[in-house]
Amino acid sequence: MSRAALPPDEVGEMLLRVRGLGKSFTLHLQGGLRIPVLAGIALALHGGECVMLSGPSGIGKSTLVRSLYGNYRAQAGEILVRHAGAWVDLAASDPRTVLEIRRQTIGYVSQFLRVVPRVPTLEIVAEPARLAGSAPAEAAERARALLLRLNIPERLHVLPPATFSGGERQRVNLARGFAGGHPILLLDEPTASLDAENCAVVIDLVREAKARGAAILGIMHDAAARDAIADRLFPLTPLQDAA
Amino acid sequence: MSPDPLLSAPLLSARGLSVRLGRVAALDGVDVDLWPGEVLAVVGESGSGKTTLLNTLFGTQCPDRGVVRYRDPDGRVHDVHRMSRPMLRTLHRSDWGFVYQEPRQALRMAVSAGGNVGERLMAPGINSAGARHYGRIREAAIAWLREVEIDPTRIDDLPRTFSGGMLQRLQIARTLVTHPRLVFMDEPTGGLDVSVQARLLDLIRTLVARLRIAVVLVTHDIAVARLLADRMLVMQAGRVVETGLTDQVLDDPQEPYTQLLVSSVLLA
Repeated sequence: MSRAALPPDEVGEMLLRVRGLGKSFTLHLQGGLRIPVLAGIALALHGGECVMLSGPSGIGKSTLVRSLYGNYRAQAGEILVRHAGAWVDLAASDPRTVLEIRRQTIGYVSQFLRVVPRVPTLEIVAEPARLAGSAPAEAAERARALLLRLNIPERLHVLPPATFSGGERQRVNLARGFAGGHPILLLDEPTASLDAENCAVVIDLVREAKARGAAILGIMHDAAARDAIADRLFPLTPLQDAA
Repeated sequence: MSPDPLLSAPLLSARGLSVRLGRVAALDGVDVDLWPGEVLAVVGESGSGKTTLLNTLFGTQCPDRGVVRYRDPDGRVHDVHRMSRPMLRTLHRSDWGFVYQEPRQALRMAVSAGGNVGERLMAPGINSAGARHYGRIREAAIAWLREVEIDPTRIDDLPRTFSGGMLQRLQIARTLVTHPRLVFMDEPTGGLDVSVQARLLDLIRTLVARLRIAVVLVTHDIAVARLLADRMLVMQAGRVVETGLTDQVLDDPQEPYTQLLVSSVLLA
């Protein structure tokens, strides 16, 4: 996908629009206890901007990010995604469409890396780019470059990440998230277990993604890193007690 | 919206499947759709009807009620349970395949590894001209042994000299040699050591993705479903209690039974 880089501070077209999003959990094993987490969430995300969710722990930041990826099932509202030239409501899409949106449009860096045990690191990182349509050699080269930038040395690329440290695995996860080149990127605590040097690399990667016109929404507890990349904060506030 | 016309029609579509085994409703009004290249996991505890569903979709178990429709490579739709026996047998040996938990159920133990892989190519209904030429069959067998990471010098060995993991890989080679579009798998990694399981999982995942094979995978192992399946179907007492995207069903289960199933799994 070729898109001209945007000049700084200029916001591109809208890529994600959330209206009236609501999410609660019903715990059937705890006597049907219902826990409301999100209600009436409305937000818009444009190409070239980075929005960070803010609010105290437990307020539902991760729940919102997971709902936007279709990992959690939204119960109310719309999640409109600019996908393949049209607006698609992810909250109302069938599983195949959600998978297609994840291949082409929405990338996600989770807190944990979950992969088949034997697959080499380079493969894991190259996979999203291949699924999004890059040629295998091109995807592998991009994966290699990202891993090196994130200080994963070449000798580790052929190994599965099972034996890697927590920080290394998180960097593999980050490389995988950025390798896809998705127009929308969701970040769930991507710098949680990183040292300052690698944190700086992540900040650069986010800036570059913004420059190519990607829209980024995420959670980042490290205030300095967050301020370095966020164009604005989206505060989540406690739900009014419905009862 | 359907950007890819290939994906716009299901390969397999079942409606209202009911099977009674004695006094038990083994299947009770089950609907299933499967699209080309899609991996669908069927999970649930023993006795929930998973295997009965698999056999009913495959055509070897007749439903008391309901229909299973299959779309062939030319786009014609067939009622699987009304096909003639020879036609169903041909389908089972060409466009479909079945991977059993116990490889000895599929393999012929008195026939060489290469013979086991090549056999499906000699079956009627494999219409690629020349595929039945002996030299080509041997070539194909060698290529497939490599594909499933079995040393091709073992081509003339009997399967009984193979380990459990190798036998399972041989069964997979035997099944995939005809390039089926749809493969049914019944606990394919069950009964194997964990290290052997990982290798097999990786192999299945890679081959299925590369060859764009649709899979109905029966497993009681939720970790296997998470790693292999796009979509998941949760069964309890012969009914589908929940269905959806694999990671969504596992991370945000809606139904009481699914919540119990997911919360009972030991985290690795």
